[in-house]
Amino acid sequence: MIRFDRACKRYPNGREALSGASFEIAAGEMVFLTGRSGAGKSTILKLIALLERPTRGLVMVNGRNTAALSSRKIPAFRRELGMVFQDHRLLPERSVFDNVALPLHAAHLPLREMDKRVRAALDQVGLLDRAKSLPLELSVGEQQRVGIARAVVVKPTLLIADEPTGNLDPALSLEIMGVFKRFNEVGVTVVIATHDVEIVKSWGTRELLVADGRVQDPKSELSELPIMEAQR
Amino acid sequence: MIGWLTRHLQSLLFAAGRLARAPLSTAFTVLVIAIALTLPTAFGLAILSVRDATGNFAEAVDVSVYFKQGISLEQAQRLASNARQRAGVARVNLISADEALKSFRSQSGFGAALDVLGDNPLPHALDVRPRPDATSPAQMESLRKYFAAWPEVELVQVDSEWVQRLNAILDLLRRLVLGTSVLLGLGVLAVIGNTIRLEIYSRRAEIEVTKLVGGSNAFVRRPFLYTGLFYGLLGALLAALLVALGMYLLGAPVSRLATSYGSTFRLLSPGIREVGGLLAVGMLLGLTGAWLAATRHLARIEPRA
Repeated sequence: MIRFDRACKRYPNGREALSGASFEIAAGEMVFLTGRSGAGKSTILKLIALLERPTRGLVMVNGRNTAALSSRKIPAFRRELGMVFQDHRLLPERSVFDNVALPLHAAHLPLREMDKRVRAALDQVGLLDRAKSLPLELSVGEQQRVGIARAVVVKPTLLIADEPTGNLDPALSLEIMGVFKRFNEVGVTVVIATHDVEIVKSWGTRELLVADGRVQDPKSELSELPIMEAQR
Repeated sequence: MIGWLTRHLQSLLFAAGRLARAPLSTAFTVLVIAIALTLPTAFGLAILSVRDATGNFAEAVDVSVYFKQGISLEQAQRLASNARQRAGVARVNLISADEALKSFRSQSGFGAALDVLGDNPLPHALDVRPRPDATSPAQMESLRKYFAAWPEVELVQVDSEWVQRLNAILDLLRRLVLGTSVLLGLGVLAVIGNTIRLEIYSRRAEIEVTKLVGGSNAFVRRPFLYTGLFYGLLGALLAALLVALGMYLLGAPVSRLATSYGSTFRLLSPGIREVGGLLAVGMLLGLTGAWLAATRHLARIEPRA
């Protein structure tokens, strides 16, 4: 589903966020990206969602080389994946329903189909009864669930989340992670950047540790290989 | 096709709703556009009115021929019938000195002063109308020379000169209005462009999120184009209303003034053609202004995660 091969990202200000990250995530996997702030977790997600392009190296998503994708094709590409943000990025002046419907509007879905899909997505996160509310009338945890509903309403094969529990207390965090887990169980590939160590440890799912712009798989002894490959 | 229509209908309603939710700022923008469109339309219509009224004069290029004092009426009549023989002359009217005096006495109000003079100071005169197909400047000049060559003639006056002068003035005014229209049109373009630009930046978060969830540039731009179209349409409608109102208010005084000069001059009110043209220009300007601003500024807003 996702393959990084010695991907480098240097920002215009000269900071190198990724310096040769290599890893693979198979379809249907649920993976946590961990590591300290600024280690490069967000950059990896941005490269996956094509918010940024790699300076060097290869980033393959869904069998496509992101470097070869023209800017005009990016919107259609983004409609195939769901994105969840730490600050959920809901539009405050639009109802929960309209927020969730936004990606479907962008995909030019017929109205009747749209209504069905939005209700299904809200039902999956348990917020069908709040469809008419404004985001600010909801609790933080509920807002984040609306954010997830907006991400999954397009029925993506890949769901990526950047610190989705960053603003939540432990109980709510567990609940939100549970929502992601349910989507993973029905076959959606889920990649979550987090520094919520407790959950990662207790969950037992695969973890990719991002440090100094590189990615290590703590459970794999081959994780240091990329350096040798680079020398070869 | 139906999907395309619904898509556009949604954007249209969305844009309309947004304008309706900020009635005051919408009203100000529309007013500015309307004023910019009203001025050239009103002036253009006024010039059209004058041209319309002087259209009849354009053919009335009479030549007045005044005989010398002391030329007898019989001589004048003989010369008049000579003139009738000339090619390119449609009609020759002989105005005897007595007739001239009579009409001058009745029209000018100087009757008493004329009585003091005793003798009739006016000469016999000819009012020569050329054929409509013989009114080119060269033909008029040859006609003038023909009469001026007669020894009995004191003065030949070609009336077409003032018509030509008026037409030249109207042409100049028309060009001025055209130039002003272009400038004001650019102004409308700038006003709409700037309004759209401000709206784009006030909705920055929304645009970023829409792009994040896969909204294409065209999708993000569409409601702004409709907003521009609405601004142009509303401004043009208001302008048409203002012009019609202005022509209505000025119509009565203008025709009173014209009547007092013995003229039947009337101000034209805007017809379907003028209003339709105004609306088309308004919408075109709105769409163009919005397009320029949206294309330029939307490209600069890229989502940051």
